Amino acid sequence: MKRAFPILAILTAGLLSWGLYAALVSAPTEKTMGDVQRIFYYHVPSAWTAFLLFSINFLASVFYLVKGKPFADRMVNAVVILIAVACCVIPFFVKPLPLGVEPGAVGSTGIGIAILYFGIRKYFAERADVLALVSAEVGVVFCTIVLVTGPLWARPVWGIWWTWDMRLTSTLLLWLIYLSYLTLRRFSSSSQTPTLAAVLAVFGALDVPLVYFSIWYFRTQHPQPVIGGGGSIDPRMLNVLLLNWLAFLCFAFLVCWSRYRLEILRRDVDEAQALESLLAVGGGR
Amino acid sequence: MNYLYAAYIATWVIHIGYLGHLLRSYSRLQDEVEELKKK
Repeated sequence: MKRAFPILAILTAGLLSWGLYAALVSAPTEKTMGDVQRIFYYHVPSAWTAFLLFSINFLASVFYLVKGKPFADRMVNAVVILIAVACCVIPFFVKPLPLGVEPGAVGSTGIGIAILYFGIRKYFAERADVLALVSAEVGVVFCTIVLVTGPLWARPVWGIWWTWDMRLTSTLLLWLIYLSYLTLRRFSSSSQTPTLAAVLAVFGALDVPLVYFSIWYFRTQHPQPVIGGGGSIDPRMLNVLLLNWLAFLCFAFLVCWSRYRLEILRRDVDEAQALESLLAVGGGR
Repeated sequence: MNYLYAAYIATWVIHIGYLGHLLRSYSRLQDEVEELKKK
């Protein structure tokens, strides 16, 4: 990974520059909103990236809680497989799905959850707690961008910076939940902190689907989704949106990787310092 | 256009601010590692 990191960093810088150029220059101008609509090319990919990172935090927290408890572990494995199968099968039989939601999108979400969970199980078995912390922290950065760029779009389009409707309020609540998660991890030094934080993360993650589905189930001022929600979008705009999402995903991966290495180094240093002070006490006697 | 530029600038200020925070944490940790090595 050490060798791949600079190559990935150069690729990501290229993608981010290309995405920025495409968003500001080559994407067509929207007829009613004008240039301010281009905020969407940063706002939406940031939101999707934050949702993905909070989902990783949720799955890593679940795995951290059940790790070492064989019965609970087997139960969660079964539930994850059941969710994946249910997401693939049920949408074809149960009607109605929210307007415009494709059964394929539900199925791929279920399979994605299973792949993420078993990936975490396989590759982060000993470090699920670190992964949960890292994904929450980087997720909060992306969620902050969503909460900053949203009002900057709303002011010229709606005439107001903020309204307490369901989508906006639940997003703010999501940000506050993960901020409290990070505060807990930063200021609590108890050995129970990772467990308490994992429980908070599991319940906090319930807000993610609430945010996502709020525009279908509640009356809201927020625009309807342009993908998988029955809306339509110019293919050139869609390409720019997906390009920026890919760039943000690569960037988030690199930041998460750096933060992950940093956290492991911090824990090693803490351990070494604790050992050193123990030895100092032992030597004093 | 001002709102558009403000949004893009704010995005990168937040990202760069966070990267700066990571770099500072890393250099602090390096100092601690050096101190531990000296002991």
